[in-house]
Amino acid sequence: MDWLNAIVQGTLLGGLYALFAAGLSLIFGVMRLVNIAHGDLIVLAAYLGLTVTSALGIHPLASLLLVVPAMALIGYGLQRGILNRTLGGDLLPPLLVTFGLSVILQNGLLEIYSADPQKMNAGLLETASVLVGGISLGILPLAMFAIAVAVIAGLQWMFYHTALGRAFRATSDNQAIAQLMGLNRAHVFGLAMALSLAVTGIAGVFLGIRTSFDPSMGGARLIFGFEAVIIGGLGNLWGTLAGGVVLGIAQAIGAQINPGWQLLAGHIAFLVLLAVRPKGLFPRMDG
Amino acid sequence: MPDPILAIAGLDAHYGDFQALYGLDLTVAPGEVIAIIGANGAGKTTLMRSISGLLRNQAEAIRYQGEPIGHLRADQIAARGIALVPEGRQLFPSLSVEENLIIGGQLGRRGPWSLEAIYALFPILEERRAVPSTALSGGQQQMVAIGRALMANPDLLLLDEISLGLAPVIIKTIYDALPGIVSSGMSAMLVEQDIGKALSMSQRVYCLQEGRVSLQGRSDQLSRAEIGRAYFGV
Amino acid sequence: MSASQYRIVQSSGASRIAAALGLIVLALLVLAPYWAGRADLRLLGEVLLYLSLASLWNLLAGYAGLVSVGQQAFVGLGGYALFGLTMFGGLHPVLAVLVAGVIGGLVAMPVAALIFRLRGAYFAIGTWVMAEVFRLSAAQVSALGGGSGTSLPTPVVQSLADGRDAREALSYWLALAMALLALAVVYGVLRSRNGLALTAIRDNELAARSLGIDIWRTKFTVYVIVGALTAATGALLFLQKLRISPDAAFSANDWTAFVIFIVVIGGIGTVEGPIIGVIVFFLLRETLADLGTTYLIILGMFAIGVMLLAPKGLWGMVRARSDIQLFPLRRKVVAKPKD
Repeated sequence: MDWLNAIVQGTLLGGLYALFAAGLSLIFGVMRLVNIAHGDLIVLAAYLGLTVTSALGIHPLASLLLVVPAMALIGYGLQRGILNRTLGGDLLPPLLVTFGLSVILQNGLLEIYSADPQKMNAGLLETASVLVGGISLGILPLAMFAIAVAVIAGLQWMFYHTALGRAFRATSDNQAIAQLMGLNRAHVFGLAMALSLAVTGIAGVFLGIRTSFDPSMGGARLIFGFEAVIIGGLGNLWGTLAGGVVLGIAQAIGAQINPGWQLLAGHIAFLVLLAVRPKGLFPRMDG
Repeated sequence: MPDPILAIAGLDAHYGDFQALYGLDLTVAPGEVIAIIGANGAGKTTLMRSISGLLRNQAEAIRYQGEPIGHLRADQIAARGIALVPEGRQLFPSLSVEENLIIGGQLGRRGPWSLEAIYALFPILEERRAVPSTALSGGQQQMVAIGRALMANPDLLLLDEISLGLAPVIIKTIYDALPGIVSSGMSAMLVEQDIGKALSMSQRVYCLQEGRVSLQGRSDQLSRAEIGRAYFGV
Repeated sequence: MSASQYRIVQSSGASRIAAALGLIVLALLVLAPYWAGRADLRLLGEVLLYLSLASLWNLLAGYAGLVSVGQQAFVGLGGYALFGLTMFGGLHPVLAVLVAGVIGGLVAMPVAALIFRLRGAYFAIGTWVMAEVFRLSAAQVSALGGGSGTSLPTPVVQSLADGRDAREALSYWLALAMALLALAVVYGVLRSRNGLALTAIRDNELAARSLGIDIWRTKFTVYVIVGALTAATGALLFLQKLRISPDAAFSANDWTAFVIFIVVIGGIGTVEGPIIGVIVFFLLRETLADLGTTYLIILGMFAIGVMLLAPKGLWGMVRARSDIQLFPLRRKVVAKPKD
């Protein structure tokens, strides 16, 4: 029963990892950008949630109404102000600039909020649970998983059924020709980053409700998201959810064997899958 | 002669250190179809890329509807009503046939062209509207590329080598559609390797050679010998 | 004029002057234990080890296009190898540093085989995952103190040399030797056929492949060499510190962030860049370190600014104004004077 429980809890945790990963996957799909600061932006969102919650005295979930648009604005500004200048054929500039951003964000948060761990209090939501077949399911992990599924379904729908999604796919296919259709690449990329950070905003607030957080934990969140993306297969959003779940289950099983092995088990699962399925579980057929 | 819709004066174009166009002059009148001919490397595609904004130029070198546009981005130029059917078709592989057409019209310019009008012009596209654009034959892809440009309801349509790599019967289908397209008052610039086609489709013709205009004149008045000299530079 | 009137040279006038200046600087550095105080000597040793790390990362990222953000894996591995080999293998510390380098190279092979499956930026994060695996694994080794780490036992420290001054001097000379070795290896690789292949790959991977360059093997070779030397550098870093823990040994900030900033600021893809970068970095650190986190923010902004405004770094700005090369790599055809 312990093992089944570990698998179920790991699956639910995978929803959070999928939220970490979805934003990463989105911007890679649209502009081939890998954002090294992604994890630190998740942590930034958690701190924004904390600040909003304590300043206005509202429930952490209500803070989403402010955090998500704020993160989207930050994303748009970041892309138009800095990141668009780094995009070209060369791999190094975007990588090194986002790496620099990561260091700036981490130390900026340290400066403002100190290294003390913080946590958002969601009251009853954190402790409430339902008993299903002998396994106690927390309402919070359930809600997180449901929201991850909803976010990914929403992104998938946006990608394939809206004008914005069409613009994303066209720009991803061929930037110059998309420009001929009247799509301003700089703006399209700005919107992609805005959307990516909006999702990051949701991920950050849930992270802050689920665990205590501090400025140094961004790197690990980036890695979890990255692992979920690669396990699932690049450019496949539902695959990303599956990747998050695989990662969550591997960590839960590792923790079940020995608490010190939780993270290690996740990384090893990733490396094993990289060795046997380098294109991920669900590679995109159209490349 | 009415004011030209497009007036190019002293246009230079560069790729890095390489200069592709040298002080090019050219005009297109409203409703006029002109043809651009010339050997490979003469600068025909560079000219198309410059007009459409894929290559940035000096602002005043290209004037469109009386305003300088040489410095504008491709999307800004598209919004003013210039559409390009690029060489090699260049459809969006991740988009279906219909999505390729819709995205061509996403600027929302008014005019005669709509999905229905494109489907009336090329009925095969309606049949295949939902398939990925990569699943089409070369000729059908060219129809989508032309339809995608028309969806923008442009005032000036640029066609770059639309017959390249297509079977003669397909080329005929596509060129048969052209008079109907431009009869609505649209201007067009046509880059074409087939000199006979270029002359029969256009009112005036420019011949480029090594980045310069080597000959220009009315399509029905130029002799084959003149064109041969201008084309090959002998 | 016949072909015999031309010759191909790699050196230049400036490089001969630089060589003369370099010899003077080198002599000063070799003699440092006799003129520098203990604190300055330690700082100098650290500067030299950072120069080694930066040169190696530059070879990896700036020439081979392998942008790693996980070189702390090899720094930490080297450090832990030093501790393990001296504490349990009974090796002399200097020998242990050499063996640590060999271990680094050996470990780099399977690591490369695995993470070379990731392309571009994903390769970068893959190297980070590797470093995390190493860090978490090190925390599981209870013999070396687990998560809280351990100190180098006194007998091991004393076996290095008699007396504290002698130990400090030896440890410094080892750092100097390491920096020179790293520079020599980087320079040697770049001047070799492999170096030409690397440049070809960096400029155009497809064209390089069509010329019959085995890209995978060339990159693999570079990765393994860099892994070995980075591990040896790591062993020396922790021989200076005398204490190791997973968080310190596998610190992404200390062994990757700073190193990347050094190379970017100095000029990525040039042999001279890391030298300039390491000088600028330590000048900044010694003057601004009191600012703590603010210092890191300034450093990050500085690096971003350089990347956006002068992507070839400070050395690139010098090069843009003059044709100086201290380490001549380009081959020039020069006409011989007529007899």
